[in-house]
Amino acid sequence: MNPATAASPTAKSDTRTHTSVTCPFCSLLCDDLEIADRNGKLTVTAGDCARARTGFEREYAVVSPRTDGSNVSLAEAVAAAAKLLRGARHPLFGGLGTDVAGMRGLLALADKTGGIVDHMLGDGMYRNILAMQDRGWIMTTMTEVRNRADVVVFANLDAVSDHPRFFERNIWNADSMFGLPTRTRQLVYLGDGLNTRPGVSPDGRKPLHLKNEPERLGEVIGALRALLAGQRLQASTVAGVKVAELMKLLEIMKGAKYGVIIWSPPRLPFASADLVVEAICDLVKELNAQTRFSGFALGGNEGILTAGAVCAWQSGYQLRTDFGAGYPEFDPTRNATARLLENDDVDLLMWTSTFLTGHTPPRTKAPTILLAPPLRGLDTRCAVYIPVGTPGIDHRGQMCRVDNVVSLPLHQVRESALPSVASVCNLLLQSL
Amino acid sequence: MLIKLTGGTVYDPMHGVNGQVRDLYVRDGRVLSNPPADQRIDEEYDLRGKVVMAGAIDPHSHIGGGKVNIARTLLPEDHRPHPIPRTPLTRSGTGRAAPSTITTGYRYAEMGYTAVFEPAMLPANSRQAHMEMADTPIIDKGAYVMLGSDDYLLRMMAAGKTQEEINGYIAYTIVAAQALAVKVVNPGGISAFKFNQRNLDLDEKNSYYGVTPRQILQTLARGVKELGVPHPLHIHGCNLGVPGNMQTTLNTITGVEGLPIHLTHIQFHSYGTEGDRKFSSGAAQIAEAINRHKHVSADVGQIMFGQTVTASGDNMAQFRNRAFATPNKWVCMDIECDAGCGVVPFRYRDQNFVNALQWAIGLEIFLLVEDPWRVFLTTDHPNGAPFTSYPHLIRLLMDKSFRDACFERLHPEAQAMSTLKSIQREYSLYEIAIMTRAAPSRSLGLSDRGHLGEGAAADITVYTPHDDKERMFEKPDYVFKDGTLVAKNGRIVKVTDGGTHTLRPGFEKSVLKPLRAYFEQFHTVRLENFRVSDEEIVNEGRGRVIINPLRAGSRG
Repeated sequence: MNPATAASPTAKSDTRTHTSVTCPFCSLLCDDLEIADRNGKLTVTAGDCARARTGFEREYAVVSPRTDGSNVSLAEAVAAAAKLLRGARHPLFGGLGTDVAGMRGLLALADKTGGIVDHMLGDGMYRNILAMQDRGWIMTTMTEVRNRADVVVFANLDAVSDHPRFFERNIWNADSMFGLPTRTRQLVYLGDGLNTRPGVSPDGRKPLHLKNEPERLGEVIGALRALLAGQRLQASTVAGVKVAELMKLLEIMKGAKYGVIIWSPPRLPFASADLVVEAICDLVKELNAQTRFSGFALGGNEGILTAGAVCAWQSGYQLRTDFGAGYPEFDPTRNATARLLENDDVDLLMWTSTFLTGHTPPRTKAPTILLAPPLRGLDTRCAVYIPVGTPGIDHRGQMCRVDNVVSLPLHQVRESALPSVASVCNLLLQSL
Repeated sequence: MLIKLTGGTVYDPMHGVNGQVRDLYVRDGRVLSNPPADQRIDEEYDLRGKVVMAGAIDPHSHIGGGKVNIARTLLPEDHRPHPIPRTPLTRSGTGRAAPSTITTGYRYAEMGYTAVFEPAMLPANSRQAHMEMADTPIIDKGAYVMLGSDDYLLRMMAAGKTQEEINGYIAYTIVAAQALAVKVVNPGGISAFKFNQRNLDLDEKNSYYGVTPRQILQTLARGVKELGVPHPLHIHGCNLGVPGNMQTTLNTITGVEGLPIHLTHIQFHSYGTEGDRKFSSGAAQIAEAINRHKHVSADVGQIMFGQTVTASGDNMAQFRNRAFATPNKWVCMDIECDAGCGVVPFRYRDQNFVNALQWAIGLEIFLLVEDPWRVFLTTDHPNGAPFTSYPHLIRLLMDKSFRDACFERLHPEAQAMSTLKSIQREYSLYEIAIMTRAAPSRSLGLSDRGHLGEGAAADITVYTPHDDKERMFEKPDYVFKDGTLVAKNGRIVKVTDGGTHTLRPGFEKSVLKPLRAYFEQFHTVRLENFRVSDEEIVNEGRGRVIINPLRAGSRG
């Protein structure tokens, strides 16, 4: 059974319906979608959410490849892009919103041209990676949360803004493997200004909500760790939360049979957030002295975990790796997209984005090669624009899921003449 | 294209060839004994004075899958001192203990290895394991799928399902995960850890399912045998690393009712509790038990001194070991109600009593197990040491004076607790060829690998004999993969893509219906998307699915 037939199409007049389709538009990679294809116009008929609808139902404009604003053939665009890559001293391969095959192609180009790779959401990712590389962590995966978690703490996130079906799939699921009554899960939100309505159970139980100032999350975690270690706090409030409330939360966490604390790296947009992630991970480790508790990082949209995983296995390093020396060098500060462009440290930008956001590359003096689907209204003013398909719509593929363990096949759900990122990279490699 | 390899001294234990001078012919990637007399020879290699063996096979090396990628991510300090520059022919890479996939393929091929097997592929992570192995060039790959802490098996056992029904599930999982064999890691213990049990001995019940490790071992070993899986159940036993665990290992050997089993990285499971420090070698008893029980094979998991990283499915043991993390950082994961993993960096030191004795215990087992067909050469890469230390390990086995000199540098109390110096044995080239080629090939059921008989795949390694066996084995003169010269004098000369070894045990379609319903009710992936397709392995022609035969007479 191959991925195309797994998304078994059933034809009804001129509409083909694909079932068990994987959605690439957030990192949950829900694979229970039904997609109806009516002459290339797609409709999500089951398993939908706002992101899936936006992604699957968007329409492409008919756009040809372009060089400096003029329509050209694919071969001419590839030749122009190859010329730019050949001439570049230090290109940046940015965006990186693509599937495994696309990332393999981009890494081969980066290795060959001595380029740097970084993802459009790299800032968020490094809040996690730095913490992990400093201290390690204890983490869990979606099926464990769904079946096992009796206490779930949401640290500065509502989960649904970036991952609309998170509660449907992992919190309010009707059945669990071990007879856990999912409606009685104890949910806790940390952070003011969150939409906590999805956290109200189907039978009306309300979550606990501690409204700390969001950017002071680290103090809350620090206080919990101090209390867990048996320290007495002199303060009566921490980051706007009464210590008595924190003590109550700590008792809930200690009482969990299997607790999970969830954070989202992009939702910690403040300085030194990696140290907050580190503190969360240390708290989890300390709780495991007595009970079981795990972390869960709910980020990973736009294919960043796929890009990071492929880069890690092919080069040994996560993203923000520079192949300029002839071998991979890793520097998450130096090799950040914004810094590189600001300081003119790169002389070519090759930007790839095929999913929901980031289709317009950052402005830079360096000439830009853009690989993106031909979306309506897309700004194609750059040195070379090559329209590409979306993995999971226009061609098959594979992606890594939010928990960094499970990966899924992506299916082709309509006829498409658009090349994949991988095939464009192969053409470029042959031309270099 | 006909290639002649002229006048080499051939070691091919599968055919009893022990150092005989022979000509070999290779045509279309296969070994040919007697080419037609009128056929022109396109290429000839003068191998007079050289040693010729089949390509080496590593039956237990963690080269692909999530925990290896976690180890890579966790340890940029493993990579920085070990950059591998790109060349016009080869891609760049990094690393020593947890090298990049591309580098892994090159390094193995340069050492004369042509097939390497990832021993711990979680079903939930099988797609990624195959994607990583697909980016591991030149060598053939394959993987053992991990069962034994997965909810579906334990739930079937708790519900008293028949062996027949369980076999259907095992067969389906092998096929869906594109596996070659079945591994069990800390049977039931990874699951037990999620229910907050911190140890699980052979006859201790998992607190939720009420099932014991012994029952899991018996069920899986029987299933593997009845399905015709050539490789016996690959067992990472209970109590890894715990002093006194040799008793558990001995009980495991006698507790499977004579079913074939393979005990992996047995060094980590051969510890006694004697002496002032309550840590001693159980190698003699373990080796004696292996010698006596012909249904048992083992690989050693030799440790070497220096920095490495341990990556294991056994999150219960790895959580226990967290205090030893060097540098002080570690990762544990609970995975999909299916499995788990733990990654703990380690630095083995010869002046540390325990580490020194671990080193000696591994060598004692190598030297005390009499039958090289039942003990395989591994370091459990990277857990005991990186696979690049194999040439050094071979020298330790073949050269007593070198071994003794190394032994004398150990922590003195460890020396006092080991019999290593009294063991006279030195492995012969023939025995090395058995344990690194013929034996793993036979154990895994790779009919056309690991030997040089008529029709064998032309995976061939050519060495220059040397008194220093480490020098001899680290840079072979020539390495052929499927008849193509891929490495010369320890350097890659051509980059090819190897195949993926799989197995296709049969199962009734009736297995699928309850499994599909179970996945939809409880899991977060659908059954049809869980399964790794042939097309994904073939990957537009870069990969190849090799389907190995089931054991003759099986019911599969």
